[in-house]
Amino acid sequence: MNNRTLGADGSQSVPALLHRNATEFANAPAYREKEYGIWQTWTWSQTREEIEALALGLLDLGVAEGDFIAIIGRNRPYLYWSMVAAEMCGAIPVPLYQDAVAEEMAYVLGHCGARFVIVGDQEQVDKVIEVQAQLPDFEQMIYLDPRGLRKYDHAKLHQYAHVQEAGRAKRDELSKELDARQRKLTYDSTCVMLYTSGTTGKPKGVVLSNRNVIETAKSSSEFDGLRQTDDILAYLPMAWVGDFIFSVGQAMWTGFCTNCPESAETMHTDLREIGPTYYFAPPRVFETQLTNVMIRMEDASPLKKRLFDKFMAHARKVGPAILDGEPVSQWDRFLYNIGELVIYGPLKNTLGFSRIRVGYTAGEAIGPEIFDFYRSLGINLKQLYGQTEATVFITAQPDGEVRSDTVGVCCPGVELKIAENGEVFYRSPGVFVEYYKNAESTADTKDSEGWVATGDAGFIEEDTGHLRIIDRAKDVGQMADGSLFAPKYVENKMKFFPNILEAVVFGNGRDECTAFINIDLTAVGNWAERNNIGYASYQELARHPQVMDTIQSHVEEVNASVAQDEMLSGCQVHRFVVLHKELDADDGELTRTRKVRRRIIEEKYADIIAALYDGSSSVSTETEVTYEDGRKGSISATLEVRNAAVQAVAQKMAAE
Amino acid sequence: MLDQSQGYTTEDGRKIGGVVMEMRNITLRFGGVEAIKDISFDIREGEIRAIIGPNGAGKSSMLNVISGFYIPQEGEVLYKGSPRPPMKPYQVAQQGIARTFQNIALFEGMSVLDNVMTGRLTHMKTGLWQQALWKGAAETEETANREVAEKIIDFLEIQAIRKTPVARLPYGLKKRVELARALAAEPSLLLLDEPMAGMNVEEKEDMSRFILDVNDEFGTTIALIEHDMGVVMDLSDRVVVMDYGKKIGDGTPAEVRGNQAVIDAYLGVAHD
Repeated sequence: MNNRTLGADGSQSVPALLHRNATEFANAPAYREKEYGIWQTWTWSQTREEIEALALGLLDLGVAEGDFIAIIGRNRPYLYWSMVAAEMCGAIPVPLYQDAVAEEMAYVLGHCGARFVIVGDQEQVDKVIEVQAQLPDFEQMIYLDPRGLRKYDHAKLHQYAHVQEAGRAKRDELSKELDARQRKLTYDSTCVMLYTSGTTGKPKGVVLSNRNVIETAKSSSEFDGLRQTDDILAYLPMAWVGDFIFSVGQAMWTGFCTNCPESAETMHTDLREIGPTYYFAPPRVFETQLTNVMIRMEDASPLKKRLFDKFMAHARKVGPAILDGEPVSQWDRFLYNIGELVIYGPLKNTLGFSRIRVGYTAGEAIGPEIFDFYRSLGINLKQLYGQTEATVFITAQPDGEVRSDTVGVCCPGVELKIAENGEVFYRSPGVFVEYYKNAESTADTKDSEGWVATGDAGFIEEDTGHLRIIDRAKDVGQMADGSLFAPKYVENKMKFFPNILEAVVFGNGRDECTAFINIDLTAVGNWAERNNIGYASYQELARHPQVMDTIQSHVEEVNASVAQDEMLSGCQVHRFVVLHKELDADDGELTRTRKVRRRIIEEKYADIIAALYDGSSSVSTETEVTYEDGRKGSISATLEVRNAAVQAVAQKMAAE
Repeated sequence: MLDQSQGYTTEDGRKIGGVVMEMRNITLRFGGVEAIKDISFDIREGEIRAIIGPNGAGKSSMLNVISGFYIPQEGEVLYKGSPRPPMKPYQVAQQGIARTFQNIALFEGMSVLDNVMTGRLTHMKTGLWQQALWKGAAETEETANREVAEKIIDFLEIQAIRKTPVARLPYGLKKRVELARALAAEPSLLLLDEPMAGMNVEEKEDMSRFILDVNDEFGTTIALIEHDMGVVMDLSDRVVVMDYGKKIGDGTPAEVRGNQAVIDAYLGVAHD
């Protein structure tokens, strides 16, 4: 098997890439994980040995070709190996969101009919056991961390290390079969199945072939010049397509090293220690980090604060230009270098961004100030636009053409077209094979020529060729007077304020727009502390009059900005409430990737929405909440409804 | 009832071994106050043994007798079958007994890791000079002990605060660090003095989980004092109930719960 010709066009599967790496980069680090306070490293040849041992062990357990193997847990090398081992056996890996509750897991496990489940620890074992009665196909479970599992009935349970041992012991007997199965893998065999988070309805299983994954990994790696010596930190959910492409697809293609944090809580420490060269984070992570920096600078000594302010102002002025290689005066360049020495360098080091060559953000719009902050520090942060069905990449920003309001140009091999209603369509080698067991949805999404509907409305800028996304196509509607309603556009503007964590705008088919707002407890809590405002809970802080005033001023600023846009000036927010609880994925209000589920929110808070439109000045409500352990409780509260000043639009239209 | 010489099997199927420590007719006085009056009970290998009772019942005194800090005026303490002579604290530690304190006794200025490492002291053999020079045996020894400490940090899920000075930690985490330090000594008998005191429900659940896991994973015998009856009944295999220095009940949680004397002690009796 090792003598197969493997190379640029010879690698027809992810396992084949693994064999190539194990030969070409045998002693280079492939995976690292911090455990027991030390970074443990596996080279590519060690990685192959581990994966093969597991694959042999899986054969020994009776994994058949075409079986589905669910993988649930936090980012750990062992679980990444499980995905590759599954493919080696001709099975299909299905990573699941580890924070999903048992019921959500039951649906996915049942839908794909997983015979085997590989999990991280007792918590996941318990969830699967809880729902196993609903899973007729489920047979065996393999766990990594044996803690707390000693007393469990091991009829269906196996420890990961033991499976590997069994595989090693039977190597002679089983390796022929394993080789044969790998030889059968082609460019069109399934590489992985990923479930979409599902803003509407049940999750759908997106089938991605080796072609999808390898072609995408190849073209995107070339687009950004990724190297074998790069380092990434794998900390985003394994069930998310992005993590699969970065930590498996691109890692296997270029042979760079995937680093796994010690635990979710130590992520920032681990980020600093690794100093990744290639980094991805959703806007939320960048926002949180910026908020933390600003909060800490508020507490710094006056001298440090002044230095920080002065040099950051300078960075904002010339930083992005320097990053884009545009001409900057000698003096400005000199000042920037001083700043690098005293402020930017140490700050980047604290954030763990010292070595970043390519950084991406996607998934949501990022605030221009946040975006510029990082770019002005010399961090090459860019935006990309993608989705699971495209194996991530649709558009991305090339170096030197980075802006906060576009999502970039077509990635290599991708074609774009905009439908009459504004919906964006694409076609690429990364286009998914199908939705598993859902031919109807497949046909709805992908036409016979391979064009896929993104469900997003947008347009291509004529002069630059950059794509701009306005909103989800199905969320875009009309106000009663016929003007365009694009809630996300307004919500994003609101969320750019550090004090606002989440916003939901209503107004489709109505005269005026209204909004729900969630405050950001970190930012507002810090403000409260600074101003000696006591509060006992989120709820209490959220309804504090001064907080309400601040939020109102933010809403009014947003209105002023929205009014500038001719198309969307009707979307100004007339009235709003600050919600008494944070919108939460456990309550079904957000998806696991933290996207707002409008319909559910509209139903659940119908009483508050009614109050927003009937002119009442306050509303009493009671809301059911789900705790992390699945228990339910309820919160009741009286919310104040506030009016926000809006800019006159009619005059402007008349003036035209 | 329980077989006196052999062990027994718990409801959840754990095998409990022979007697590790036995209290025989212990009486402890402070001047004229009799804190403990003629109490006898035993602690068996691998079990979780709770001592409960209302305030002032003498629970902490009892734990101090077990740990060898107080010497009872009457009665004897048998450890692994032989009477235990009066000992210095380090000798107690060498015997494999570790404890936590009701009011947390950590080194506040030191990091979590350093605090846990102090729990390894009894396992270190190299001398002051060797350690100061950090050569040869001292280096290997520190590496080996650090590994044990790190495994415990991992076990108790406190990796994120490894380098944080203890003084900056919230109360619930300090309690966990104290447990980590006690565990670092790899004790055969672990004494916990009100491990759940002052905690909220979530912290209590976490701590209960850890106590059960310690017992399960390392087979450590655990004796604990606790106020929270719910927690005690869920956690322990056998319970001793004290009131005014006397033993008023001893048995499985179910037996104790049905014991009239215990009910009276907790709910009070009408004096008519």
